[in-house]
Amino acid sequence: MREHRHLKNVTTLAYDPDKCTGCGMCAEVCPHAIFFIEGKKARISDRDLCMECGACSKNCPFAAISVRPGVGCAWGILLSEIKGREAPSCG
Amino acid sequence: MPDTKTEGDRNPRLAEEGRDTRPSCECSPECCGWTSDKGRAESYINESEHWIERRAETSAGAIPVVRIKLSRQDILGKVKARFGFGRMRYRVKPGLYAVGDPGAGSPVLVSANYKLSFDSLRRELGGLDAWILVLDTKGINVWCAAGKGTFGTEELVRRVDETSLARIVSHRTLILPQLGAPGVAAHEVTRRTHFKVIYGPVRAADIKVFLAAGMKATPEMRRVKFGLRERFVLTAIELTNPFKYLVIVTAVLWILSLLGLRLLSWGTLYPYLGAILIGGFFVPALLPWIPGRAFAWKGWLLGMIWAAFVNFHQGLLPPTPISWQPATVHFLLLPAISAFLAMGFTGSSTYTSLSGVLKEMRYAVPVILASASIGVVFLAFVLIGAL
Repeated sequence: MREHRHLKNVTTLAYDPDKCTGCGMCAEVCPHAIFFIEGKKARISDRDLCMECGACSKNCPFAAISVRPGVGCAWGILLSEIKGREAPSCG
Repeated sequence: MPDTKTEGDRNPRLAEEGRDTRPSCECSPECCGWTSDKGRAESYINESEHWIERRAETSAGAIPVVRIKLSRQDILGKVKARFGFGRMRYRVKPGLYAVGDPGAGSPVLVSANYKLSFDSLRRELGGLDAWILVLDTKGINVWCAAGKGTFGTEELVRRVDETSLARIVSHRTLILPQLGAPGVAAHEVTRRTHFKVIYGPVRAADIKVFLAAGMKATPEMRRVKFGLRERFVLTAIELTNPFKYLVIVTAVLWILSLLGLRLLSWGTLYPYLGAILIGGFFVPALLPWIPGRAFAWKGWLLGMIWAAFVNFHQGLLPPTPISWQPATVHFLLLPAISAFLAMGFTGSSTYTSLSGVLKEMRYAVPVILASASIGVVFLAFVLIGAL
């Protein structure tokens, strides 16, 4: 299977290594396996694979990760525009 | 409670944590929270409870022991739910259930109360003794509910407390499906219940191996997939709506043709039928092989190739003083339709982010709208000319 990729350099994922203790929770929950632990710190392998589900930031006990969670669904975004709501997000 | 403020209203993907994991946003109203759930929130399907084998006495009361084999009734229910009949009432009563003959040391698996989620979990547990803790996710699958926060820290804490789980098991470990992670703060659950949260595999089919390996998931078990088969299944949903519109348009043209306006013909319809199939079926199926990244672009590209083919096939190209107008209509409308439908497949995909789709739409929507509007104006000229 070829790897799927959407647009580059768009994710709101931000990570502060100073707060990281290397507990590995982010690596466990990420459905696209973009985190890995190296030298007692989490590292990001490929930011462009992030789909902003929010699992990592939610499960980081040290608040080292932040992301604006939401769904990458054009219909959902269109409908919330039409209904005058903010884009589907849980920010 | 730091998590309550982030558990807002949003449109999560529709996913199942079962064997056929398809994290996706089918954008069904019930998934994305566009319709109110009031009035039917308490209707569960387990009035008949044919999937309960017996009740086992525990120190915290009688716990239903569920069958691990799906009955014909379960499968019929699954098919009905897939087609949308009574989907939102297809729920299991939240609480604690047992599989096999579990004891104080048996693992606790947490699930959603959408019956399909519950079924896809229990059928994978043959030969195991385990507890299943069902959260009240309002009849929604794990990933979708995790996005909404109903599969979340609050509900998990409440359910652990309500079922007196700490009296039933001697260990302090909860196994959650990994796709529940966007809704649950594991450290928060531990702080409040003293239960440790371990995220299990994405797919229920991997649970036995996961448990046998001492609750260790392989990297493979942790990753969400989006293979050809998953994409194929989802195209059915993508095609339903556009085909409805095509049927309506055909019906209108047919009525007009009865009135003497001969606009309905295979030649006028098949280009649009093709554009719908390209956007709703071929782009999803060929997704990783079509050059470019934006879904709308992929749809537009194939739509343009299709329009060129149609124009040559109908002898509209090379253009003549008469044929350039209908040819232009095809070049403007067909790629716009394909691009629009292809863009919609972002919700079914398992790898697009909100930021990515917003960026794509910022470019694609104005272009599609402009192309379609000008195309409709040209179409009007062509039709007036044909009368």
